[in-house]
Amino acid sequence: MSKELIRLVNCKMAFDDEIVLDDINLYFNDKEFLTLLGPSGCGKTTTLRIIGGFIKPTSGDVMFDGVRINDVPPHKRKVNTVFQKYALFPHLDVYENVAFGLRIAKVPVEEIDERVTEMLEIVSLKGFENRRVAQLSGGQQQRVAIARALVNRPKVLLLDEPLGALDLRLRKDMQNELKRIQQAMGITFIYVTHDQEEALSMSDTVVVMDKGRIQQIGTPEDIYNEPKNAFVADFIGESNILDGVMLEDRLVKFFGRRFKCVDAGFEKNEPVDVVIRPEDIDIVPPDNGHLCGTVTSVTFKGVHYDTIVDFKGFKWLIQTTDYHSVGEYIGIRLEPEDIHIMHKSEYSGMFGDYSSYSAEYDEMDDPDLYPEGEEETAAEESEDED
Amino acid sequence: MKTKLAAPYLVWMALFTVIPLLIVAYYALTDSQTGQFTLANLQNLGNYIPILIKSIWLALISSIICLVIGYPVAYYIASRSELKQRILYMLIMLPMCISFLLRTLAWVALTEDTGIINNFIMALGLKPLPLIRNNGAVVLGMVYNYLPYMIMPLYSVIVKIDGRLVEAAQDLGCNNAGVFKRVILPLSMPGIVSGFTMVFVPAVSTFYISQKLGSSGTTLIGDVIESQFKTAYNPNLGAALSLVLMVVIFICIGVMNRFGDDEEVITV
Amino acid sequence: MRRFNKIFTVVVLLFLYIPMIVLAVGSFNSGMDIAVFKDFTLDNYHELFSDGVLLPLLLNSVIVAVIASAIATVLGTAAAIGINSMSPKLRKLSMSITNIPMTNPEIVTGVSLALLFAFVGTLLKINNILGFATLLIAHVTFCLPYVILSVMPKLHQMDPNLNEAAQDLGCTPVQAFFKVVIHEITPGIISGALMSFTMSLDDFVISYFVYGPKFVTLPVEIYNYTKKPLHPKIYALFTLLFAVILIVMVVMNLLQAKDEKRVRDNKKAFGRKKVGA
Repeated sequence: MSKELIRLVNCKMAFDDEIVLDDINLYFNDKEFLTLLGPSGCGKTTTLRIIGGFIKPTSGDVMFDGVRINDVPPHKRKVNTVFQKYALFPHLDVYENVAFGLRIAKVPVEEIDERVTEMLEIVSLKGFENRRVAQLSGGQQQRVAIARALVNRPKVLLLDEPLGALDLRLRKDMQNELKRIQQAMGITFIYVTHDQEEALSMSDTVVVMDKGRIQQIGTPEDIYNEPKNAFVADFIGESNILDGVMLEDRLVKFFGRRFKCVDAGFEKNEPVDVVIRPEDIDIVPPDNGHLCGTVTSVTFKGVHYDTIVDFKGFKWLIQTTDYHSVGEYIGIRLEPEDIHIMHKSEYSGMFGDYSSYSAEYDEMDDPDLYPEGEEETAAEESEDED
Repeated sequence: MKTKLAAPYLVWMALFTVIPLLIVAYYALTDSQTGQFTLANLQNLGNYIPILIKSIWLALISSIICLVIGYPVAYYIASRSELKQRILYMLIMLPMCISFLLRTLAWVALTEDTGIINNFIMALGLKPLPLIRNNGAVVLGMVYNYLPYMIMPLYSVIVKIDGRLVEAAQDLGCNNAGVFKRVILPLSMPGIVSGFTMVFVPAVSTFYISQKLGSSGTTLIGDVIESQFKTAYNPNLGAALSLVLMVVIFICIGVMNRFGDDEEVITV
Repeated sequence: MRRFNKIFTVVVLLFLYIPMIVLAVGSFNSGMDIAVFKDFTLDNYHELFSDGVLLPLLLNSVIVAVIASAIATVLGTAAAIGINSMSPKLRKLSMSITNIPMTNPEIVTGVSLALLFAFVGTLLKINNILGFATLLIAHVTFCLPYVILSVMPKLHQMDPNLNEAAQDLGCTPVQAFFKVVIHEITPGIISGALMSFTMSLDDFVISYFVYGPKFVTLPVEIYNYTKKPLHPKIYALFTLLFAVILIVMVVMNLLQAKDEKRVRDNKKAFGRKKVGA
């Protein structure tokens, strides 16, 4: 494990009465690619700005290499930032933008020239030295912003939604590019985004935030496979989240049925949230199904179909490559490893039903008891990511 | 930390804007001889109510005329190409750079009984017209002097109206008159309010225009205030009148703001 | 409809320029009465430059306008930056204060300052407190809002991260201002300064209440003149001034056009970025 570089200790941030960060404790390792992930207003950018020194936490400490840096102004921090809309200086050309920090630091002219040229080569912008920034495309501006920050050889690079303004294709290219640059330079990247896919594909560590609090810290695999609560399960990927009761280790009851699972360590009969990822569900003929329901909507997504299935009013999202038409009565099978159990949290009941949540399930024993529902078409709630 | 940069300005404004207004109130409420607290100045104001009403009336008429004249002009400028907009806007602004005293005097020269217009009329063998020293002449002077103040805000609001809104309205079945009434006019409301304010305020408080183009019958509230400071020398009464003028304008702006977006009322 | 608007606009422009034509023609009139054109002459221009009456007054006006607009520009720019970084509540308060001189009638501003100076005069037992200083204070006061209102929009338009980016790259806050921020708000500062200068140069109403006999500006003197018959050399002076202002306006507009083109270019570049998003 590499050594710890930055640590936030009990950081709290309030603007007037509004609490933006609530007791954040977080550390960042050297040479790590760490992503702060969350919806807008979750406090991720505030966290980044605290590290950059643009704002001071209301209370708590910011430690850098073991030294408290709360009162160190941004220009004295060994940290550089790539801003959301790049914040390139419009009155300077590409070369002078990149050279800006070195000129301020009074680096000798020959060295500036050497470093700027080298840096422009790294971000593949050789030959663009004399362009004005307004003449560059979004992707090029992006790379100037990265070069301008990296040329100062910071220990940490902060990136605030740097790919937000780029189109999808370019964004994918830049993701690989950023990862490559990070590994080549061997420095810490702290990356802020609301795009879960971006976070999962680039990071060593993902920190999921919401409402000014850290919801979960882990590797991308951890976060996806073992979400800690309904918020994380819903924010990272799609999830069906059901109310259940943990009968004993590795045995959970929901929809009035008992299912084997792989989770343990819960209280006996503890109410829990059960997460089932839409791509883990197998559709089978009704006779073989653990549960049976009716297809209410099918959307073609390219690689797969988003199929909404109504299980007695609770709508599940199932992702499958096989087409099942609306109105079809189908069964599903759940293997123990498809089922993930989470403790109840403040987010319980807020996510996971692809129509509206209904509490009536607990009482229903027989899945075939009620006539098939024709209620609402589903899925609005799941569209919280873009 | 940066907020401290505003400190010298705020101190300046406190000293030379806020405190002077408090002093106006102080003078308005004290006796000119003894310096004692009194309501006499305010009670004396009763004599000036007709003048005040006349000032408001003439300023209101001038503002409405400015709006009626200014709107088509602003609309026309806003509909031109960018270069033409710039040139036309400059042409509207340019006369304001010349001392309004002289421009008013030029109107005196034009409208006098033996002025340019009447000389011309008499040369045609007609009888001279009474063009000056009446309410109409004062309104003319006001309209002339403050018309650009109406056109400026109207133009800057109209020019920002998204052309696609007009197309959308047409698409939804509006004819030209409907587009104007239902889309353009409501959207230019902030400009109308702002222009109205920018014409009304100087018009209601003017003293030079009425002195030059009016007669003793067209004395305005501004003339009375001026004379209290310059000839009659009763600053306490002058202060009381200023106070009333401020209140009148405060109410007028308040009323007009109800018609428009508060944020946009003061544009320069 | 457009045709009507066009003709109407031309008529309105004529209306606005009639007095200017009267003044310009009057400046070449050999007679004293502006309403009667006697003979063409350049004597009025000659007299303007030789008799040493009007030009010193113009110089006074220019001196006040230069100093007042310089002070207002520095104070106002600093204030705009300060106000821009205030909390919404404080910003609103500051902007309301800024709007006081804008909404108050000039006569009230003039009267209130006159009373303030009279008050201070009695307090400090200074007899003739009115003079250059009081005139200057008044001019700075009414110029300040114009500077703030023209710098503020530029600060709003500016990407707030620019300032932070400069500090991030090692600038102290002061360096960040002079190396980055000032480039972004310069057009606003220039137009604020020019506006202040013209407002101050042309001001009569407020000056009229706070000037002292030892330092008279041109508009005030014209007002005092107009109680007597006006000499045509005044028209000559203003015809010349009009020409100068015309040139300044053209230059100013060209500068502004350039700035707007730059903003547009930036927007275009931004638009490109957004195409695929």
